[in-house]
Amino acid sequence: MTAMKIAVCVKQVPDSWAEKKMVNGLLDREGVDAVLNDLDEYAVEEALRIVEAHGEGHTITLISMGPERTTEAVRKALSMGADDAIVVTDSALVGADALLTSEVLAKVIATEGFDLVICGTESTDARMSVVPAMISQRLGWAQLTFAGSVVVDAAASSVTITRVTEAGVDTMKAQFPVVISVIEKINEPRYPSFKGIMAAKKKVIDVRALAAVGVAVLASWSEVKDATPRPPRAAGIKISDEGNGGDALVNFLAEKKII
Amino acid sequence: MTQTLVLAEFSEGKVAKATAELATCGARSGEVAVVVLAAPGTGDAMAAQITTGPVASVLIIESEAFAKFGVAAVADALAQLVDAYKPLALLIASSAFGKEVAGRVAVHIGSGIITDAVDVSADLTATQLVFGGSTTVLSRVNHGVPVITVRPNSVTADVTPCSPSISHASFVLSENSQRAEIISSAPFVKGGRPELTEAQIVVSGGRGTNGDFAAVEAFADLLGAAVGASRAATDAGWYPHSHQVGQTGKTVSPQLYVACGISGAIQHRAGMQTSKTIVVVNKDPEAPLFEIADFGVVGDLFAVLPQASEGVRSRKS
Ligand SMILES: Cc1cc2nc3c(=O)[nH]c(=O)nc-3n(C[C@H](O)[C@H](O)[C@H](O)COP(=O)(O)OP(=O)(O)OC[C@H]3O[C@@H](n4cnc5c(N)ncnc54)[C@H](O)[C@@H]3O)c2cc1C
Repeated sequence: MTAMKIAVCVKQVPDSWAEKKMVNGLLDREGVDAVLNDLDEYAVEEALRIVEAHGEGHTITLISMGPERTTEAVRKALSMGADDAIVVTDSALVGADALLTSEVLAKVIATEGFDLVICGTESTDARMSVVPAMISQRLGWAQLTFAGSVVVDAAASSVTITRVTEAGVDTMKAQFPVVISVIEKINEPRYPSFKGIMAAKKKVIDVRALAAVGVAVLASWSEVKDATPRPPRAAGIKISDEGNGGDALVNFLAEKKII
Repeated sequence: MTQTLVLAEFSEGKVAKATAELATCGARSGEVAVVVLAAPGTGDAMAAQITTGPVASVLIIESEAFAKFGVAAVADALAQLVDAYKPLALLIASSAFGKEVAGRVAVHIGSGIITDAVDVSADLTATQLVFGGSTTVLSRVNHGVPVITVRPNSVTADVTPCSPSISHASFVLSENSQRAEIISSAPFVKGGRPELTEAQIVVSGGRGTNGDFAAVEAFADLLGAAVGASRAATDAGWYPHSHQVGQTGKTVSPQLYVACGISGAIQHRAGMQTSKTIVVVNKDPEAPLFEIADFGVVGDLFAVLPQASEGVRSRKS
């Protein structure tokens, strides 16, 4: 059995609780705390479990695109146990959309060559859920997305997943190389151990500019025309149940003409 | 008049409301051609169900590949239809499946993409609600044939009767799309209640139900509502994952959302905070979901819901 090369795509995003606003049609990333996209932690965890189940010699490389400080989020994923990382950072990538993001990631993946690429199902900031499918389309690799379980048969170079979506559960199978995305029910991501955090400091993060990747940036194919904050929800009525809470609720619904 | 292509949505073999909603958006810019992708021998019966909405024509493609190769095969078919028909836009319902299809098609045909629109205007400007509904964004695709996914239940469908012309087309399945095969498939059975994303009213239960959804379901049934759940409830196995509302579940935007025993984590809010009216029942007066509630009852759901059910019942009779 040859060693498996696994890539995990990760993204740094604003903290879920941070108040987000738009500046010039783009999410303002300056003023907010940035963290590793929590859905990507499940992808890192799944990669670690695949490697642990298959013995020595397999490698996990993180791939990320984003501003310079993206390395902070990448360090966290390295401290969970990934081996090394490639970060593409370039001022020309500010405001990159899903099409450009998937192109850059696909290019790096194709150049390095991998057996498995694992992603989270979406980033908590953009919430488009399209990048893994786009990477698969660009590379011409099998798409095994929304995985609720992943079984890798390294000897047969095949992967079987259960795809869990709102529509139902499918079992899907493909030969290497494949692009996988994992849902948040698949595992419980580990916390980095002290040893892991110390080891991560010495791991290599290969920072590349766009020219080194070989992608030419075109203007985005979609543009924001306008962004307006909506008025916050007006404070409503709050009552304490003194034995008539259910009746009060029904009266409210009747006033609103809902019933 | 130039065409706008709409991918028909079906659920358990029946045409979904989202199809007429997409057609309504599409008809603002062009003549709507609805695409029906079907298993061999089933296309005409599916097309025959498209009897409402501003639909001029229905295009059927029948192939084993849709069930066997899923997203990738559907994307192949749509990309080839776009090449052949050069439509003004391609509209698809927002779902895990619909967004992945849209993503692949956009790469395929070299077009811009917008996901999760809640409205699409005549000049194909899409309205999106971002950052948990706190910001309204208007955006446009400026390259290629716009690929736009629209959230179900966001647009009021024009349901005037239609009798579209029906034709058949074919497509070529690419080799790459055959690399991942669907070996078996178990669609969720939605049962007697309305579909979560289509429902006018959703009643949801969380950890506070302690696994007992009877009161939530009884109230939902009296209101003709769909039943939702928080992740705590689906993780515990109390309710199927297909009913999870939130960031990693479904996004709903009903007229009324009733949250029972749900604290209001940001990930739950992400799936429901654009609901028109929000009602919260929670024991804890400090539960964060009260912050966005139009009507909140601080109390035990096992007391409040049965009383509310009784109240609705007596009003009905
Ligand atoms: C990556 C990620 C994705 C996630 N995606 C989602 C998602 O899609 N959807 C989602 O919902 N969550 C999601 N979560 C989880 C989310 O953070 C919360 O943990 C979850 O929403 C909590 O569910 P809950 O409100 O039911 O439980 P809790 O937070 O435990 O709240 C239970 C509430 O019930 C109240 N209660 C208890 N007993 C009663 C009673 N008898 N009567 C009335 N009230 C009572 C309590 O006061 C409490 O407020 C996600 C988390 C992560 C990290």
